[in-house]
Amino acid sequence: MLAFILRRLVQSVIVMLTVALVAFALFRFVGDPIASMVGQETTLAERAEIRQALGLNDPFPVQFWTFLSRAVQGDFGISYRLQQPVMELILSRLPATLELALISGIMAFLFGVGFGVYTALRRGNWLSGSIMTVSLIGVSLPTFLIGVLLIWVFAVELQWLPSFGRGETVYIGDWWRTGLLTPSGRASLILPAITLGLYQMTLIMRLVRAEMLEVLRTDYIKFARARGLSNRAVHFGHALKNTLVPVITITGLQMGSIIAFSIITETVFQWPGVGALFINSVRFVDVPVMAAYLMLIALVFVVINLVVDLLYYAVDPRLRVDRASARS
Amino acid sequence: MPTPLLSVRDLVVEFPTRRGTLRALDHVSFDIAEGEVLGMVGESGAGKSLTGAAIIGLLEAPGRIAGGEVRLKGERIDNLSPEKMRRVRGRRIGMVFQDPLTSLNPLYTVAEQLIETIRTHLDLSEKDARKRAVGLLDRVGIPAAARRIDDYPHHFSGGMRQRVVIALALAAEPELVIADEPTTALDVSVQAQIIDVLKEACIERGASVMLITHDMGVIAETADRVAVLYAGRVAEIGPVRDVIQAAEHPYTSGLMGAIPTLTQTADRLTQIPGSMPRLNAIPQGCAFNPRCKHVFDRCRRDRPELIARGGGRHVACWLFDREMEKADV
Repeated sequence: MLAFILRRLVQSVIVMLTVALVAFALFRFVGDPIASMVGQETTLAERAEIRQALGLNDPFPVQFWTFLSRAVQGDFGISYRLQQPVMELILSRLPATLELALISGIMAFLFGVGFGVYTALRRGNWLSGSIMTVSLIGVSLPTFLIGVLLIWVFAVELQWLPSFGRGETVYIGDWWRTGLLTPSGRASLILPAITLGLYQMTLIMRLVRAEMLEVLRTDYIKFARARGLSNRAVHFGHALKNTLVPVITITGLQMGSIIAFSIITETVFQWPGVGALFINSVRFVDVPVMAAYLMLIALVFVVINLVVDLLYYAVDPRLRVDRASARS
Repeated sequence: MPTPLLSVRDLVVEFPTRRGTLRALDHVSFDIAEGEVLGMVGESGAGKSLTGAAIIGLLEAPGRIAGGEVRLKGERIDNLSPEKMRRVRGRRIGMVFQDPLTSLNPLYTVAEQLIETIRTHLDLSEKDARKRAVGLLDRVGIPAAARRIDDYPHHFSGGMRQRVVIALALAAEPELVIADEPTTALDVSVQAQIIDVLKEACIERGASVMLITHDMGVIAETADRVAVLYAGRVAEIGPVRDVIQAAEHPYTSGLMGAIPTLTQTADRLTQIPGSMPRLNAIPQGCAFNPRCKHVFDRCRRDRPELIARGGGRHVACWLFDREMEKADV
């Protein structure tokens, strides 16, 4: 078990190093940073001076090492555009994105599993037929279109929900600004969360349905029925648990993409999260913010993957090999 | 004659398909007495497993019972509601499947699966159910049962897993155990042990066994009576010794001739020419007639019913009807 975690940790570090290299390369390939820092009147000599002072003349490995050691300490430099430390900027925007991603992730998982199980067990009735049809729309419509449609129906026509922003927010602790504790904050969350989670939900639903149908055909389900277990025990105790093993992986990976792809939803709903920050940074070639964002998303994926592997381990006893080999 | 434990009469199982209805079991009838072991043999596709599935109410859609009846201690069970039938399964009829490697849920320990089954059918506390589960595992020959019970299925070998499956089938003291090819997926060296465990555990509890297999050796050693199935119909049924030593139906004698023996030396084993007809092409009259060496006109025209031959033997073959006609004359 310990060896397994260590091995995964080493792999994670390698992934992070690779991403750091790519992020660092951004600085070198997205034009000359000096050019975007200084005005037109700066002389060549002054430019060379700044270059020397910033360490840009150092050999590549030295510069990369400086970047890495600062990044580990949470120092990604100063935003070109906003003249604020990048880390501060990201931390102030992160709660908005995490709240949105978490809520839509939970919604996607609960509804996805619920609908998936329902459509697998009640194959052929009209309700599961319509759920399957509607889910096709969820899979095929692009996210921004869903967002715009939702705004049109619920914000413009019905005027039930706000069309943009986070509503009222309050602070928890020093820097976590939450919208979950105020009515307007919660109302503002609904449309973006649906927009962001709909695709993931339909994906999870279709996966759960397919897995569930597969599991229901297995011998151990037949044997469970032959033992006279109730339908509930067979469906939810035996079938669902086996279904969830692959579903956990996909859901975990989807959680990563929910955070990463919140860019589109945040743009459509003007949600003040890191995705919107990233889009604006791209527009202004704000390389430090872009690099930090890249590292952040990579970190999210790496951590989620690690958690998924550990969950796998908890759900499926066959993976706990050390115990088995000790016994047999 | 006392009421048999299980009585199957004219059981018909059909599969509606796009190209018409396939009749997989065609008027199958047999009885199993209390404490008796009935062997059921036949080629693949003859309907052995289907008979078991139909009795226990687990026919896979679109298969359905289209006629006949199944009685357990005189009480009809083929038309029970799904919920009532569920209470019969496991409680009154236990079932053992072919492949022990896939019969157990890999995500639950043996203890969890046993206790779940016991508590579904019997009103026992968790603790008592566990005690009973350990006893069952002990009975089916799992060493250190009290410790091994908390292991997962993948910690057990194939033979050990089949023992666990037998323990699960017997968990609620069923009156009948349907064993569907319980040794086919196992190593030859453990097959005999598993059959012994199954038979002894059932005899001890007074449970009857319906043993589905294509292994005549297993039948010869274990069963009291044997039913031979061919193309969804019972060809011959009778005490094991009689059927094996003096098979009457040409199909059965063909089957017996195909088994090598130690005492006789033969260069070639006898073989029945042709193969069993597909369900959509069962010939008129006797289903076996195109392959039979004794075939005559009537076989191609009328379907033979089971004819009583005395001593509990029944044969579905016109040869014996003709003999009787001759005797009458």
